Amino acid sequence: MSYVPSTPAQRQEMLRAVGLSSWRELYRDVPADMLLEGELDLPSGMSELEVGRAVSEMAEKNTRFSTILRGAGAYDHYIPALVKSIPAKEEFLTAYTPYQAEMSQGVLQSIFEYQTMICELTGMDVSNASVYDGATAAAEAAAMCRDRKCRVTLISGAAHPDVINTVRTYCYGTGDELRVVPVKDGRTDMDALREMLTAEIASFYVQQPNFFGLLEDCDALGELTHAAGALFVMGCNPISLGVLKTPRDCGADVAVGEGQPLGLPLGYGGPYLGFMATTNKHMRKLPGRIVGETVDAKGERCYVLSLQAREQHIRREKASSNICSNEALCALTASVYLAVMGPQGLKEAAEQCMAKSHYLMRGLTALPGVELVYTGPFFHEFVTSLPRQAEVLAALEQNGILGGLPVEGGVLWCATEKQSRAELDKAIAVVEEVLAK
Amino acid sequence: MKLIFEKSVPGRHCDLLPKCDVDPVELPEGFRRETVPALPELSEVDLARHYTELNHRVHGVNCGFYPLGSCTMKYNPRIDEDMAALPGFTGVHPLAGEKHTAGCREVLDTAAKYLCEITGMEGMTFQPAAGAHGEFTGVLLIKQYHASRGDTKRRKIIVPDSAHGTNPATAAMCGYEVVNIPSAPDGCVDLEALKAVLGEDTAGLMLTNPNTVGLFDENILEITRLVHEAGGLCYYDGANLNAVMGVVRPGDMGFDCIHMNLHKTFATPHGGGGPGACAVGCKAFLKEFLPHSALMDEPGHLQVRAFAGNFLVVVRALTYLLTLGREGIPEAAKNAVLNANYLMRRIQGSFEPAFDRICMHEFVLDLSEYKKETGVSALNVAKSLIDYGMHPPTMYFPMIVHEALMLEPTETESKETLDWAAEIFRELYELGKKDPDFMHNAPHQAQIARPDEVRAARQPVLRWQKG
Repeated sequence: MSYVPSTPAQRQEMLRAVGLSSWRELYRDVPADMLLEGELDLPSGMSELEVGRAVSEMAEKNTRFSTILRGAGAYDHYIPALVKSIPAKEEFLTAYTPYQAEMSQGVLQSIFEYQTMICELTGMDVSNASVYDGATAAAEAAAMCRDRKCRVTLISGAAHPDVINTVRTYCYGTGDELRVVPVKDGRTDMDALREMLTAEIASFYVQQPNFFGLLEDCDALGELTHAAGALFVMGCNPISLGVLKTPRDCGADVAVGEGQPLGLPLGYGGPYLGFMATTNKHMRKLPGRIVGETVDAKGERCYVLSLQAREQHIRREKASSNICSNEALCALTASVYLAVMGPQGLKEAAEQCMAKSHYLMRGLTALPGVELVYTGPFFHEFVTSLPRQAEVLAALEQNGILGGLPVEGGVLWCATEKQSRAELDKAIAVVEEVLAK
Repeated sequence: MKLIFEKSVPGRHCDLLPKCDVDPVELPEGFRRETVPALPELSEVDLARHYTELNHRVHGVNCGFYPLGSCTMKYNPRIDEDMAALPGFTGVHPLAGEKHTAGCREVLDTAAKYLCEITGMEGMTFQPAAGAHGEFTGVLLIKQYHASRGDTKRRKIIVPDSAHGTNPATAAMCGYEVVNIPSAPDGCVDLEALKAVLGEDTAGLMLTNPNTVGLFDENILEITRLVHEAGGLCYYDGANLNAVMGVVRPGDMGFDCIHMNLHKTFATPHGGGGPGACAVGCKAFLKEFLPHSALMDEPGHLQVRAFAGNFLVVVRALTYLLTLGREGIPEAAKNAVLNANYLMRRIQGSFEPAFDRICMHEFVLDLSEYKKETGVSALNVAKSLIDYGMHPPTMYFPMIVHEALMLEPTETESKETLDWAAEIFRELYELGKKDPDFMHNAPHQAQIARPDEVRAARQPVLRWQKG
């Protein structure tokens, strides 16, 4: 099956209508010796029933855990029913980028609403229509902060390893330098940062909460960065912003982050959502699509893709980024999530993340040999030491629980509003049982 | 219509979470949020209706004809959505470990096998999230290759002037100097112009074939041979792969690496601008430079985003590939080409094609003569189509044709739809001669008409503000 609706008879009729007698003539510009001889070395096509069975069998080869206590950049939150059904609607799902404003007011307005919600969440002035994910948002932020004189980017070593490596890759592309600020006791080493903030530094990126779950002293980091004349970029967990001080209030010039916690499934890593917001001062340096409000010929309020003079199809090799799409459907998902939660619901989710993760931490660290590796306030992730690590994690897995992620020095655990006390108690009991053996 | 914030009623909300069953925890002073975000406060029914109203103001390819050239707007099968929504995929944590993610690996490996066979490549990554992101990944392969050989003098990437705007922007993101070469009048590579710029500073060439005017470059083997002789590599922009999949392979044309837009050629939905997904393929000698996640795989490689890419989009593309199989893949390509030629000939006699010869999967109409005659522009015709419920073609691209309208019907449109579309073009052709003013003011029945884009750029309003 190839979803071609024309019947074989119609296809012949159409061929004749264009003055040809065979398929081969359609490809007359292709040199004959280059055409594929025979068929592709692939299986025959399948009916819908068969393909459904084949792909479902693959899905069944993955383990389905009833409880997930692993985060590290991908978080298992409750996804409300409406958040799943709205983006599945045929029109939202199958539209292209809204180039033709007259046929895409729904997409454009939804992005305008998304931009507003991201501004509200972060406290920033301007948001773009989203980028690919949190890691590319960090890389794009580094690029927008560079100017002719200041080319070097600093990133905290306590940021997510994939984020650091993605920023490093983008810097490798343009031939710019990335320097990683050392970590001390699980947080950015403030003294090291002070020394590294030299005249050629364009920006410093910190993740809040950081990869180890800890809260960084962002006010102080921002002050240090600004005192050295560099720009301050914060990578934020959007759910944590239900309770945590906004990047704007911490002095950030650019706020970015991974939007996956806002209603997107884990999905083995994607598609996710990179959000990106800045102050009015840096608005015209913000990469990616941006939707703006205007009026039409009748004076009615409407929305269009705006500020396109920044973009690659106009500036070609002079553009600072080649991005020409966004994760529109993921941005829509995040908007629906934030609208369904509302200000109170988001705060509640954030508070429950904190409460559940601290409950898990207390339960685990009450066990022999399990201790917090780092002290200090955390949001919903923490690192503990764990004796007989492999054995414990395997026992949890046998009980349908995906335990924390092994990291240097221990295990990185996570709990969210999704887990009940009973689930957490069960996990703690399994760990206890293994350690008691 | 009202914005969601303008519908908000203080105190209204949805009940979604149970009461917290463990002790609350307070954030220390200095870390607490000081302001309440002005998110909407609405009930579920308010929200369902708001988003349904928005959805009614969107035109998707599954709702009607969408001949947007170079975007391959083919029908997005529903079974692909069902497969991507399987809990066995949606619930998988990217760091769950190999033992627990065998099904996801099988999806990626099977999709890679199909795409390698279709393109004639030997290595494949799904990490990039979109076409432009794939270009970046592909050109980084070229950069790493030269660097690994200590060949530091190669600073230039050659891009024909008919290329998509992303090509030069990508080369610049990879630190290369962009050398634009003029195309022949038919958008094909001018061999003399190419020879003139090739040299020991050539890192590579970025090329789309069929090219951006919808023609297959018959000199392709000569082009890739010349670049290789100069020590450069050849990058295939797979934007137009739909015309040739299963018929001729980029690997056999002499290309070293390629990106494919899964959201074009392999029928995954565009979602109003994303998420797409991209596969980047390469010959064996470039495999060691493919990107990997520092956390999921081994460190020491480049990576272009976190984790393994837009996995759930790859599930959709794989479902499509399995459905088509070895017969369906070339069948789709051939019918895409047939449909384009049929529509072009059906319109011809009113609006004229820019190139009067057999096209690939898309073709360009040149309205410059018509505009001189009637004052009606490509833009006016495009906007008039909206009143008929047809999404306009790509306008003013490629830039080497003035007053261009580029149509790509794809293979999933029936003869009836193509006949209907051709009739509308012919009708508009006559209308423009009789009543150009009517067309200058089109569309007449759309949600909105002629938004003021200058005002949007000069006085940017990029968010709603509390009244």
